[in-house]
This record gives sequence, C-alpha cells and structure tokens, in this order.
Amino acid sequence: MSRFPRLRQLWLLTLSLLRELIREPGVLFWGIVFPILMTVGLGLAFTKKADVIRKVAVISEAGSAERDSSVVYNFLENKCVKNPVSGKEDYKWKLEIKNEKLGTSVFFFYELKWDDAMILLKRGTINLILTGNDGHAQYHFDPMNSDAELTYLKLSSAIGSGDVIAEEKSAEIKPLTIKGTRYIDFLVPGLLTMGIMMSAMWGISYGIIEKRSKKLLRRLVATPMKKSHFLIALITVRIAMNFVEAIVLILFAIIAFHITIQGSISAMILLFLAGNIAFAGIAVFVSCHTSNTEVGNGLINAIVTPMMVLSGIFFSYHNFPDWSIQIINKLPLTILTDGIRSIFNEGAGYPQVVLPVMILIATGVIFFMAGLKLFKWH
Amino acid sequence: MGAENVIEVREVWKSFKTVQAVKGISLNIPKGQFVAILGPNGAGKTTLVEMIEGIQKPDKGDITIIGKHWKGNEDELHKIIGLSLQETRFIDKLRVTETLELFASFFDMGKKRVDEIIDLVGLEEKRRAYVVNLSGGQRQRLALGLALINTPAILLLDEPTTGLDPNARREVWEILHKLKDGSDTSMILTTHYMEEAERLCDYIIIMDNGVILREGTLSQLLEGHRTLDDLFVSLTGRKINE
Repeated sequence: MSRFPRLRQLWLLTLSLLRELIREPGVLFWGIVFPILMTVGLGLAFTKKADVIRKVAVISEAGSAERDSSVVYNFLENKCVKNPVSGKEDYKWKLEIKNEKLGTSVFFFYELKWDDAMILLKRGTINLILTGNDGHAQYHFDPMNSDAELTYLKLSSAIGSGDVIAEEKSAEIKPLTIKGTRYIDFLVPGLLTMGIMMSAMWGISYGIIEKRSKKLLRRLVATPMKKSHFLIALITVRIAMNFVEAIVLILFAIIAFHITIQGSISAMILLFLAGNIAFAGIAVFVSCHTSNTEVGNGLINAIVTPMMVLSGIFFSYHNFPDWSIQIINKLPLTILTDGIRSIFNEGAGYPQVVLPVMILIATGVIFFMAGLKLFKWH
Repeated sequence: MGAENVIEVREVWKSFKTVQAVKGISLNIPKGQFVAILGPNGAGKTTLVEMIEGIQKPDKGDITIIGKHWKGNEDELHKIIGLSLQETRFIDKLRVTETLELFASFFDMGKKRVDEIIDLVGLEEKRRAYVVNLSGGQRQRLALGLALINTPAILLLDEPTTGLDPNARREVWEILHKLKDGSDTSMILTTHYMEEAERLCDYIIIMDNGVILREGTLSQLLEGHRTLDDLFVSLTGRKINE
C-alpha cells in the first residue's frame, strides 16, 4: 500500500476513535467538568478560612464555694456568653476569638461529668477536657493530636491571662497567601497530572481491553489495517483529549483562583507530553493481554491507586516515612507532578525538566515496546 | 492441489487445554462454491473457521488459501478474505457510513464502495444512525456489509443469523443470494440452522465433536432421509439444536 492510503487509514482510525470519545457525554463530564468541580471544592475548602469550631468539656464542680474560687468558672461566667437554652445536648458557654487574618475560632463549652466527657473524647466530638484544681485550670488532651494541642494553646492564653487575645496582638502575624504558596497552587498541578494518569490508564488500557472483549480488535486485525496505526490513533486521541482537559482546568484555575504559571510554558508542554507518553506506554503494557474487563479493572486500579495516594497529588508525600520517600519520588506520577509543580510555583524551566522529561519518555517507550511484544489481538 | 480449490484443509487438529476441538479434519473448497458447516454448539465449527481465517494456528495439519499459507502472506490473504465473526460489536457511537468508511480505508477503497455496500445490505435509511442504535438484524447486515467491502474472493461467516428473528434472517439470506448470483466468491458459513444450509449452500458438511460426520450436496445427503435433521439424528442419536 502506498504512503497516502496508509495516512488516510491512520487519519480515519484517529477520527473514528475521537468521535467515539467525544460523542459520549460522560467523557465530557468526567474529563472536563469533574476536575473543575474538584478544584472548586478543594480550592474553596482549603483556601477560604471558615470559622473553626472547637468543642471543650468542662467538668462540673460540686459546691458553689469551689465554683466561686475557680479560674475556669470565673472565665466561663465572665468572659463567655451563656447559652440561654440549657438542654442536655446543648453547650453551656460560648466564646468567639475573632481574627481577620487567622479566621474566627468559636469555642463551645459543655458542662459534663468526667465519664461522659471521656466518651465524647473517644468519639472525637470534643478534643479537650477542662477541669479546675485548687482554683487552677487543668487541660486534658492527647498531645499527639495537633488539633487538641491548638485548642489548648488558644484556650490557655485566654484563660491564663484572664483575657481574650486582642486583635492588635496578632498584628505581627503575616499569613502566607502569596501566589505559589497557597493550597490551591499545590493542588492544581496535582489534579492536572492525576488527570493525565487517569485518562491514559482508563482511556487507553480499558479501551483496549473492552475492544478486545467485544472482539473488535480481532475483527480489525482480520483486515490489512496496520496494527501500529490502531495504537498510535488511540494514543493520539487520548493525548489530544488530555491537552483540552488540561487547558480548561488551567484557565479555570487562573480565572477563579488567580493561579499563575511562574516558569516556562513551553517546558511545561514538553513535560506534559512526556507524562502522556509515559502513561500511554504503561497503559498499553497493562492492557496487552487480558480480554476480561474485570481483570482489567483490577490491573488498572493496582497501578493508579498507589500512585494517586503516594505521589503527592492532594498532600505532600514528605509526610510519609523517610525510607519510603526514595521509592515514592521514583514513581512516574511523582516525577511528573514534581516537575509540573516546579514550573507552576517555582519558576522552573528547561534545565530543571530535562531529566524528568527523559525519564518519563524512556518509561513510556520501554513499557510500550514490552506491551507490543506481548500484545494479544485475539 | 486442485487448481480450482481456493481453500485446502488437510488433517487439521486443534485442542484447548483438555478439550480436543478439531480432530484431523480435511476439506477442499472450490472457487465459487457456497459451503455450509452444520453442527450443534461445541461441534468445532468456529475453531475450524478461525483456523482458516488465520486467527488460530492448528496444532497439526496444514491449511492453504489460494495455495498460500498464512505465515508470511498475511497482508495478501487479508485483502482477499471477508469475514463476519460471531457476536462482534463495532464502535457504538460511530455512524453506519463512518464505520463502513473506516473499514473501506483498510482496503484503499472510498465512498463509492461504501454507497454500493449500503445499497447491497439495505441500510440506506440507517446511513446516519449510530451502530448502537441498530437492531440485531441491521447490525448483522452491517457486519455482512463490512465483510463484503473488499469484494472478497473468500467469505467466511460464523453463524451470521444466530439470534435473529425469521424476518431478519431472511434479509441476510437475500443478500447472500444476490452475492451468489452476481459473483464467483467462495463462502464458508457455519450454522446450526438446517434451513439456512439448505437454502444457501451448494455443499454441506455435518460436524460433531470435532470430526466431519457426513458431507455432500443436499440431494446426496438426503438419500434415505427425509430431512437433514433426520440425518443428524441417525448419525448422532440426538437433534442438532438439543
């Protein structure tokens, strides 16, 4: 066959697979709308400081003499607002510590017996128990619980001084909300790279397995179709789709969250393509043999789930134990995410992405060749 | 080798794990002949046809298509064979014309051939319909159209009317009758419908348990028997659709 019909064959294969993709409304939702919804949800949840509610148990003191001399009860009666409704489930006192920069902390105090307070502590409903001892305040909490520790620090300042921290005292606090340091700046590059992995693994791997199970692959290779054209078309369509999804997500993040790309855009495109090649190669390898969609499901999940958890998509992987970091930062998704994130937030360019690009392309090519060698068309 | 035989199968054996699917079958298909391979489910029909298609490799024995083995001649043989597999599904969200255009491109053919096929298989009104929205009969006619798109010298149809209602089955038969009258295509059709074999084919091979029980023209097979079903019962002690 001459060159022109071969190209026409490749073009029609690509067009057919593209039509299959874009005519499925679910693809548009999961590929474009869902990542935006996730960005909005997580972006709002972690960038706008909402009022923080802290619930504290106060152990009732028996006699009125003890109460009169207690720092705790003095503080509660004089500095807090008493709840006019006094049901068993209701809080008894409320204290608001307002701060424009750090957000408002609202403390609810429940007067309980020790055993009841312990039950609520175990359930996580409260994270600190306040008692009075010889007129002094005592704080009971799990020191490993950072939330409880923060409750203690804020409350002890208020009770200890007998005064609520004044707004002026926090004038020295400089919240880091500059671009590149916010959670949304961390999140968007992660969502972008996770999208590449998910799209390649589910779009290419699952697509191949499904077509094999429907006997479509067998039917196609019973024609003079060039086998490599089918895989090239499938990968091309997926990369094109990933490109559109990424542009929509980035534009949305720029408009809604004023995110900026501080590094080289062309280096980012190169890294983006390398990431697509890596995951396309892995996807072909994963789907090279099975025709059972349930087995395929398991195989794909076995690849994507660990990387989604470990590669620092939603939270930094530096929270994992030190021994594991050496493994985590060699995963393809970690390499891609760290690279894209460095371009977004650290102003990285070609010198910083050359190595990740080479590693990702090599990963893709090795897996693709191995997959092709084992590929079962029937 | 007979000069007019387009397919020659000699002493072919095939097994899957512990199942011996085909046991030493030999057959010749002359040019222009329509042959039915008739047998119940599990007879080995599909395995035999898949070996002729080049999808399965025989454990033993030899298969040639127009005098050529599959190995080393795939491109040439794919160009002259048309096939319809059992229960194939195409790309759901592709239109009928788009599906035909895609397959036509594999054979370096264009829209003219697509129009001819749409006319031949009677899908004019469904040109723009998505494959997923076709009825079972329409989908089978599309599969037949795809098998015929390259004007094949050899047509291999694996149970082309299984699961279709009588009307849809007759529509498929009409298309094959037209093909028989207007070309010198050779065809192998597997079926477990007696009527289909009787109506469409010049030569009938009855298979069961991986072997050929009897073969011949319809009149040869019916000597001493009222119907093909009677013949099958006399050969196996059971009905073909049991």
